[in-house]
Amino acid sequence: MSAYQFNGSAVAHDEEGYLVDIAEWSPDLALLIAKSENIEMAPEHWEVVNFLRSYYEEYQVAPAVRVLVKEMTKKYGKEKGDQKYLYSLFPYGPAKQACKIAGLPKPTGCV
Amino acid sequence: MPTLHTVNKSPFERSAMASCLNHVTDGDSVLMIEDAVVGARKGTALADDLRDRQRTCALYVLGPDLVARGLKPDDLIEGITVVDYAGFVDLAARNMRVCAWL
Amino acid sequence: MAEGSTKKFLYINRKAPHGSIYALESLEVVLIGAAFEQDVSLAFLDDGVFQLAAGQDTSGIGSKNFSKTYRALGDYEVRKLYVERESLAERGLSEGDLMPITYEDEDDDYAEKPSIHLVDRAEMARLIRDADVVLSF
Repeated sequence: MSAYQFNGSAVAHDEEGYLVDIAEWSPDLALLIAKSENIEMAPEHWEVVNFLRSYYEEYQVAPAVRVLVKEMTKKYGKEKGDQKYLYSLFPYGPAKQACKIAGLPKPTGCV
Repeated sequence: MPTLHTVNKSPFERSAMASCLNHVTDGDSVLMIEDAVVGARKGTALADDLRDRQRTCALYVLGPDLVARGLKPDDLIEGITVVDYAGFVDLAARNMRVCAWL
Repeated sequence: MAEGSTKKFLYINRKAPHGSIYALESLEVVLIGAAFEQDVSLAFLDDGVFQLAAGQDTSGIGSKNFSKTYRALGDYEVRKLYVERESLAERGLSEGDLMPITYEDEDDDYAEKPSIHLVDRAEMARLIRDADVVLSF
């Protein structure tokens, strides 16, 4: 199994880069995963990543994109609850890519 | 708008059959497959209930599963129809939906 | 999706959670299926009622506590969870033993409304008869 090299230890990930054990996540590790995805983490990225983590914490599931959009709208308003905006932050898909950076499993139903 | 119910667990081990019979409505069909076929035998604790049920719904049993377990059509409660795989398909086609009791 | 192509899907849940994969599989299929914008109902009967039991804690058995995920169903527009009264009573349970599960009604100023509805056995039989597609777990 492949792994992220992080602080001198190996953190296992699956063939697509999702963490095997979500408990191994840390903000610093997120920066490293983001880098491997060619994403420079700005506050806007963190907003989404933190939102996903709190959603997962509460519901034990990573939200589907349309659910993410709906919930982001409720929490941060229409500009941020917007597919285009989310894709501008995470070009390979907000749920897919942001979940990876957030240390969460791939969203259910995301192929 | 009748339903075909399929049951695949022995009524002597699981509640699938009992639950199925609790939820059939008039005109429905019940098909016993896999281990459920043992429930179609004469003289079991369930036999009287199944005989009564046939007033409102039709009972079927899948032949290959019956034969595989050493049961013969003669062993079955009167009125239960043995079908083959093609008969299973016909039943599914004749009903509006299939509801599996697992 | 056009109204005419919407079908009534009924997911029947009859197994207790955690001892087999049925409950989690059902939940995942429901979440995935929700993308197709159909008319979805979930039925909980027999041991399936335990899937909605409040206070589940799986930390001691090393498996995921997906019971929390039922509370996300409202976000996925899955708002009809039917629980059979007789199944609860047979197991010594009452509605108060279940997790509160709600959805926000956007047509009513986002009021929180309960998703769980208790039905008796005859009503459950009617739900099956009214469905276009039944998926059993």
